[in-house]
Order: sequence, then structure tokens, then C-alpha cells
Amino acid sequence: MSVDKETVTKIASLARIAISDDEAGALVPELNNILDWVDQLGEVDVSGVEPMSAVIPNKLRMREDIINADPLTGGGVRDKILANAPDAEDGFFAVPKVIE
Amino acid sequence: MSNKYTVQGASGEFEVIIGLEVHAQISTQSKLFSGSSTEFGAQPNSQVSLIDAAMPGMLPVPNMECMRQAVRTGMALGAQINKYSRFDRKNYFYADLPQGYQISQLYHPIVGEGEIEVTLDEKDPDSATKRIGVERIHVEQDAGKLMHDQHPTSSYVDLNRCGVALMEIVSKPDMTSPREAGAYVKKLRSILRYVGSCDGNMEQGSMRADVNVSVRRAGEELGTRTETKNVNSIRFLMQVVEIEARRQVDLIEDGGTVIQETRLFDPNRMETRSMRSKEDAHDYRYFPDPDLLPVELDDAFLEECKQSLPELPDEKRVRYENELGLTAYNAAVLTAESETSFWFEELLAQSVERTGKSDKDLAKQCANWLLSELFGALNKLGVTLEESPVSPSQGAELLSLVADGTISGKIAKDVFEIMLETKQGAEQIVEEKGLKQVSDTGAIEAAINDIIAANEDKVAQYRGGNARLLGFFVGQTMKAMQGKANPQIVNEILKKKLDS
Amino acid sequence: MMRDLTELGIAAIRDGVAAGEFTAVEVTEAFNANVAAARALNAFIVETPEIALDMAKAVDADRAAGKELGKMAGVPIGMKDLFCTEGTQTTAASTILSGFVPHYESTVSANLWKAGAAMLGKLNLDQFAMGSSNETSAFGNVISPWRIGGGNDAPLAPGGSSGGSSSAVSARLCPAATGTDTGGSIRQPAAFTGITGVKPTYGRCSRWGVVAFASSLDQAGPMAHDVRDCAIMLGSMAGFDPKDTTSLDLPVPDWEAALSSDMRGKKVGIPREYRMDGTDQDILESWDKGIAWLKDAGAQIIDISLPHTQYALPAYYIIAPAEASSNLSRYDGVRYGMREVPEGANLQDMYAATRSAGFGPEVKRRIMIGTYVLSAGFYDAYYTQAQKVRTLISQDFEAAFQKCDVILAPTTPTASFSLGDKSKDPLAMYLNDVFAVPASMAGLPALSVPCGLNKDGLPLGLQIIGNMLDEQSVLNAGLAIEERAGFTARPDKWW
Repeated sequence: MSVDKETVTKIASLARIAISDDEAGALVPELNNILDWVDQLGEVDVSGVEPMSAVIPNKLRMREDIINADPLTGGGVRDKILANAPDAEDGFFAVPKVIE
Repeated sequence: MSNKYTVQGASGEFEVIIGLEVHAQISTQSKLFSGSSTEFGAQPNSQVSLIDAAMPGMLPVPNMECMRQAVRTGMALGAQINKYSRFDRKNYFYADLPQGYQISQLYHPIVGEGEIEVTLDEKDPDSATKRIGVERIHVEQDAGKLMHDQHPTSSYVDLNRCGVALMEIVSKPDMTSPREAGAYVKKLRSILRYVGSCDGNMEQGSMRADVNVSVRRAGEELGTRTETKNVNSIRFLMQVVEIEARRQVDLIEDGGTVIQETRLFDPNRMETRSMRSKEDAHDYRYFPDPDLLPVELDDAFLEECKQSLPELPDEKRVRYENELGLTAYNAAVLTAESETSFWFEELLAQSVERTGKSDKDLAKQCANWLLSELFGALNKLGVTLEESPVSPSQGAELLSLVADGTISGKIAKDVFEIMLETKQGAEQIVEEKGLKQVSDTGAIEAAINDIIAANEDKVAQYRGGNARLLGFFVGQTMKAMQGKANPQIVNEILKKKLDS
Repeated sequence: MMRDLTELGIAAIRDGVAAGEFTAVEVTEAFNANVAAARALNAFIVETPEIALDMAKAVDADRAAGKELGKMAGVPIGMKDLFCTEGTQTTAASTILSGFVPHYESTVSANLWKAGAAMLGKLNLDQFAMGSSNETSAFGNVISPWRIGGGNDAPLAPGGSSGGSSSAVSARLCPAATGTDTGGSIRQPAAFTGITGVKPTYGRCSRWGVVAFASSLDQAGPMAHDVRDCAIMLGSMAGFDPKDTTSLDLPVPDWEAALSSDMRGKKVGIPREYRMDGTDQDILESWDKGIAWLKDAGAQIIDISLPHTQYALPAYYIIAPAEASSNLSRYDGVRYGMREVPEGANLQDMYAATRSAGFGPEVKRRIMIGTYVLSAGFYDAYYTQAQKVRTLISQDFEAAFQKCDVILAPTTPTASFSLGDKSKDPLAMYLNDVFAVPASMAGLPALSVPCGLNKDGLPLGLQIIGNMLDEQSVLNAGLAIEERAGFTARPDKWW
């Protein structure tokens, strides 16, 4: 499978990466080079093979329903949450106005 | 309900097909993947963990209780429970979604197909029922909240809700009218409350529905559907179906085409409109969340879920009818909401304890009192059953005074009025106000003798065959005894004297 | 005259501090000085000499108070800037995280500090750990301390993504450093710079607080002078962490105590599929030497087959970018890091502008590939197929470990190359990890140990791959090679 400039532009938009027309054009051969190469996977007979779901056999552990059992994974840390924000006001994160 | 719901277009009638995706907040203390609290109404961003804010390197650890409640809910719907399920990522960018993906379940949901039986006219328990299919239930994260009116050029983001566990309960497109859609959500909410997996509070957003609507001419293929997001009341839900069906029919009749899109309901303007902001979010690039292994549930866990299920509304209704001898209507009303049935059962149990009579003997009296007296009073006060000033125990105290003949049913109404006002116990009120019923045959006989003497003409008429006049004598006697006479004794003595 | 403390490795420093031969502060001061004098290597993004000294002082105070010392007490180390460190900027070498100061400490780094290690600074790396030459960092290339010499002073790649780590350990700016390995990012730079690096079994080291690249592959590990030092450091990094559901709930073995280079009774598998075209003759020769050394150590050498080897790398370049495209969605300019808001931009414009300005070209390329292979209509053909191939790769290893205890292979197809040589051709760069990626795909423990120099005088590494959870056999085989290779070569100091 291969991509064209239009697809590259669409993918960039989906990934929220602004690219210029020239950049999109330059990416076409680069991505196709990689995609051509990964296409060899199609040769592999995978009939009856399950996709890998856990690389090392391990069971999903779950936690008890307890609030702030571990302070590292609990709430009540607004200052830490907002400390690195480019724009925080009145205890909120601020973003350019959204019209829904 | 035999009349099929259709929308009239210029060229003919259209059928409406409705499917619902109900998002129900799972009742838990902490979030789906972090330990932050789920409590409603906290200060902005005060219930946000490093995980919820998607700080670099943060990882999700699932809350077992969320899986348990989803399984219990599935069992209550008679649904298939999947011992193997997985969390997937749904990728899209929005300011209420810090990770840039929602952890959800697409490929392997925890609950498969089930169904819900709804009564189409709740006022009439004998009306037709319909089984509405449930496609699946999956567990996922809620998003945060955006606020647009705090600042002229910025929107504010509050992540308190972000990561709260939701069950998405997806129906099959089995509904064909606003009423069916409403009945489905009502019944679903009732079951969730019985199970205790969601509080069903639509005002606080702990339950909301995405409404899929399409229209077609009879016999034609399914039309293109639209999805109206986040409808947060049953009334709105029914309006959305009506408005959206009307809009689609008008569009088609005008030569237009319905496009598959996400819409928003504006209850002020009574219209739905396209959500531009979510327009391009159609390629979600779902894939299994590599931070989380598959969910594997063992038999012991499933058995515990099953054992912990309460009696469900449909089972309860049948039992009320068959074992307690209640009318179909009363049984239906008492079981429609878990609060009502719990209240009723507590009232009945306390009454049995106080009087030593069987529950079958007392059930009718308890049901009637609850549904007419108590509900009438609560309606007047404008409060819910949960806020009732009278407890089941106090109700039982009152009813047992009637049952053992201490007071009459009529006096009981007065006592109840006083209970509502003063919050005093029934026994205390009866004692203090001297309302005890008179069963002293001597006193009653004396009063009756006076009345017979004063109404010889009526006595003659009665004896002449006007049996209805007995009521007149009973009334006069009760009046003379200030309502406190035991009506059974009054009846007996009157009959003996008049018929002799 | 006092000895040069910066020549010492982990074991020697730990033992010397414990015995009172020198203090932790003396050690740290010596390394702080080396760090400050080696900025030409660009190995560090942030230097933290004061933090290192404070931590060293605490160790000295504990010793004076007669307290029991941790397993790495007094050892100052470099911390790859992919580990979040509380109060110290963490960037993953990307502009998009510029100025980000975590309010939390990664589990692995916290474990190391608990063991008495000290932080000399945050080490440079390929941006978001995506690269094999440390040329994708927003903070500039890391330069290998090695040079071909004889008038050829062209700057060489220290390998990647843990290039700051490999360069710093090799140049003795620190006795050891943390690395992370997603598809060879510990082993390949270790091989390029003549040091030892271990990627443990997936799940041994917690991923909590490590900036994610590809969740199902990322694993932290030690990079140090030799096998023993790696065993000590891995023991301090590893351990069960309830905050990471993929963390293994198993006790951490005392790998150092059980080190043994006696390979009698052990079987070493030689995978025939690793004899690939494009592999340097020097590398093939070093492999043969490795076989001879392990035979000498008493091992039985057997021929094995890993039939899906050639598909590991293309499968990796679907799975890793797919996971990365999603993992990196959180860098959106809302809660931390940089934000770019063009005039009149709406929210989605802000995302696109921020991510365009914040991510480097290789990161963007991988996000694009990952987004594409997950997009509607392509998911099964690419992602599902790749995960099935991954299952087959895993089964190949499973079958092989029925027959042998460890696998011996080269770490890389070539020695280090000049900066700029491969950066124009992504595919050529990716092929550098062809020998390293299969073990990553199967989550298996693997190490790279130096085994000699090539004809240009550049270090070469040999790779040992072990069965899951069997780090001990990997370390032991590595030790057997180390003892016989007698690798003592060091880069001439030019920086």
C-alpha cells in the first residue's frame, strides 16, 4: 500500500500536526519507502495465529475501590496538576475558546 | 398503543427507528483508572490525579469495582458476560480528553447481548410489553468538562469528571416511537438503581443518552442515522426523537439527504443542530490499550456477582401479585422504582413485626396507604420518597394501630396529618389527643339508643325495606361518638337493634 | 596521590564508600568535574551537581551514623531524560516538553535513590527515544567519545536512543547510567561505545513515570562498565510496582550474588537467521570469537532457528509507531510543555501548531506512520498482521529455549558510524536495530557486552538473549565473554 500527498495531508490532520504543502510532498516518498518495506509482512502465513495481547504471560491486576489509596495516583493535588500549564486561570486550564 | 407511531411527510408516512447509547456513571468511590474521588460538585480540578491529567509516564490501573458493577448490570439484563474482555483506545483530540484517547472497549466488551422488557403504558399494567435488545455494555472513561462563559476568549477546562467510570449500554435499533424510547430508559434506569450500579441521576449527568434516529418509508431500507449527543432527561429524549424525525422527514421531502453526523439538542429552541466541533472525529483509530492486559474474570468472581444481585423489578412485581395478593397496578407501581419497593417492604416487615399478622394479611393495607396517603402527602409537600418526613417504621406504627382496632381508618388519616406536621409518633399522638377508638359496647349502645329514639321515622323506613338507611345510622352514631367508635361494633349493635 | 575515582565502576565505588576508602562526596565531586569538563560530548541536557552532592552527603551521613547502606550507596549516576524526576526538568529531548518540571518521581529513579545512588544530571537521548544515533534530540547531537583516529576526527554516533547514557559512561562522566530499550536503545548504544547494557524481561522495571514511547516494548535497564555493575544496578531498578499493571509481581533475584561465568552444562543457541547480508565482516568474526569463548567456558554450542527473524523489524515499525502515535497525543499544549497559538487559532489549530513546532522530524514521521497504520481500513492489514507476526516471533523464541539456555548473536550489524551518515535515510537507520529488535518484540532479557574493536578501532558488542525472567543466565554468559574478551580499550580523551 502507498500514500499520496492527499493522504499524507489527511493523516497529518488526524494526528494534529500542521504541515506545509512542501512538507507533505516530501513526506510522500519517505513514508512510501517505509510502507513498501513493511509490506513484506503480508508474506507471512498467520492463519490460526492470535495477535499478541501480552508479551509476557501476566494477569491484569486491578485495584480496590478506595479514594487516594496511594497519594501518587490520587486526587486533591490541584497545584501539582496546574503547575506546568501554559495557561491556567481560576483553578482551570485555559484554552482558546471552543464553539460547540 | 396499537397505533403505530409515524411521521407524516408530504408524500407519505415515515417510520422512525431509534437506537440508544446510554452512558451510566458507575457508582464507585474512585475513578476507573486512578484513585481520585468521583464525588459530584467539587472545586474545579481538585479531584484530578496525575493519571487523569495524563502527565508524562502515567499509567492506568483499573478499579475492580467498575468491572464488578458492569458484570452485575449485565446479569440483571440477562446478558452474556464475557470472561475475556479488553480495553481499547479511542483516539481523538479535544480539550476535555487529556490523554488524546479515551480508554474504552470496542473489540471485546465485558458484556454482550441482553434485553429489557418494557411496558408501553406504565399507567396500564395490562398494556402490551415489548422486548428491546441490548447489544452490549462496555466500560469506559468519562471526559472532563469545558466551560465557555467564564472568559471572553478562553474556554476553561475542569478535569474532575475526567476518568470517572461509565458503562455504555448500547441498545439495538429496536425502538420505533418516542414513548418506547422513554419507556426503555425509564426501565433501564430502574434496573440500574435496583442493582446499585448507577444512581440514575440524569440532572447531575450520571446518566445520559446518545440518541440515534433514522426514518424510512414503510418497507424500505434503513435510512441514514444521526446521533444526538448527551441528552440528559427522559422528556428531552422523547422530544429529540420527535424533532429529529420531523427534521429528517422534512429534509427528505424537500429533496435533501440525511447525512450521518453528530448533533446537539437545544431545549430552549427545541431543535437539534450539527456539532461542528466534532465533525472530523470520525476516524478513532481504535486499538488495544498496550498499557493494559486483557481482563480475565474467573468463575468465583462471576458467582459472587450473581449472588450479590438483588431481586429485580420484574421478579418483584410477579411476587407482589402472586404471593402478596396485590393488584397488578399496585404491584407495578410499587416495583417501578427501587426506592418505592424498598420503602414498601420495610413498611410491610415492620407492620408484620408489630401486629404478628402475616405479610399477605397486611400487604394490601400497606400498599394502599403508601400509594394513596403517603404519596398524596409527599406530592403536596413537593418532596420525594427519600425525603419523606415519615419513616417506614413510623408508617408501620400508624398502620398497626388501625390493624389492632386502636383507631379507625378515618382517625388514622387525621393522625397522619399530625405526624407530618409534628413528626411525632402515631401512638403518642393518639394517646395525647385521646383518639383511641371506643369499643365499649355499653357507651356505643347508649348512643345508639338515643339516635333511634330521635329518628323514629327513619327507623320505620329502614324496617320498611330501605336498607340503605343503615349508613345514615352509622354516620349519626360515629358523629355522636366523635368518630372514635369502633365501626365494626357500631354496625353489629345497630343491626341487632334495627333488625329486631 | 589519590586515585582517579572516575575510573571506578559501581561495585568499586560502593565497596570503597562502605569501607571508608573515600567518601561519597569525593566520588561525586570527581564525577561532577568530569561532567562539567565534557560539554563537547553534549551528553547531558541538565547537569545537577548540587543535587548529586546533597545525595552523596546523605550517604556519608548515614555511614557516619552507622546506618545500613543501600546497594548503590555513594554511586552517582546519569539519568536518561526520559525518566521523570521530581523538581528537575524532564523533556524526553523534545521541544514540546520544554520547561516541564514533574511533580513526581519515576518508580525506577525513586528505587535508585532509595538504594543510595545520586543524580549527576539528565542525559540527552533521541527525541522521545526514537532514533539509533542520538541525532533526533532537540538539544543537539550527542557525540561519541570514540574516534577512528589517524587524522579522522569525524564525530561518531554514540548510538541511540540512550546515546547520552552510552557516551557519558564510556567517557567516564558517570560510572553508570539508566537507559531505556524499546527496540535496542540500551544494547545498540552500549555496543557502539564499548560498555555493557542490559534490557531485562518486560515488566521487571516499572514504566511508571517513564515518558512512554511504545508501551508494550519500553523497558528500562542499566548501562555500566561491566556485567557485575549492570547486575547490581538492575537489582536496584527492578521490582514490582502496583502503579504499572504490566509490572511483574515477582521477587527481585540477587543477580550479583549468583554471577558465575562457569558455562558447563549450559547450551548456547546460535540463530542461523542472524547471518544476514549487510553485516560487517568484523561483526561476523567477533561472533565466531564469542562462540569460541563460550565453548571455552564450558558451554555446548548448538545451531538454532528463529524463522521469523527477518519480519521482526518491519513488525516493530508498525507496532512501535502505532503505540507512539497514541502515547504522544497527550502532548497538546494544554497542561504542560510548550504551546503555540497562531493569531486567531482555535483549539484544533493550537494542537496542530503546537505539535508541529514541538515535535522533531523523526517523531513526526513515526506519529504519521502510526496514525496511518491504525486508520480506518488499514488496521487489520498492518496492526493486526504485525501483532500476529509478533506472536510468531515469540513462539520462535519459545521453541528455541526448549533447546538452549541462552542465544548468542551480534548486537548490531555494524560498528558506530559518522553522524549524518544515516540520518537522511530513515530505513538505513532503522536497520541498525535488526539484531536487537526480536528480543524486544518477545519481551525477553538481553544484554550487550563489549567484545573487541573493529579494524577502525571502534568497539563491537555481542548480544546474549535469554528466556523470560532468566536475566541470570544472560548475565552469566555475558560475564563469561567479558572475562575472555579482556576488553580494556578506551577512547582517547579529546573533549
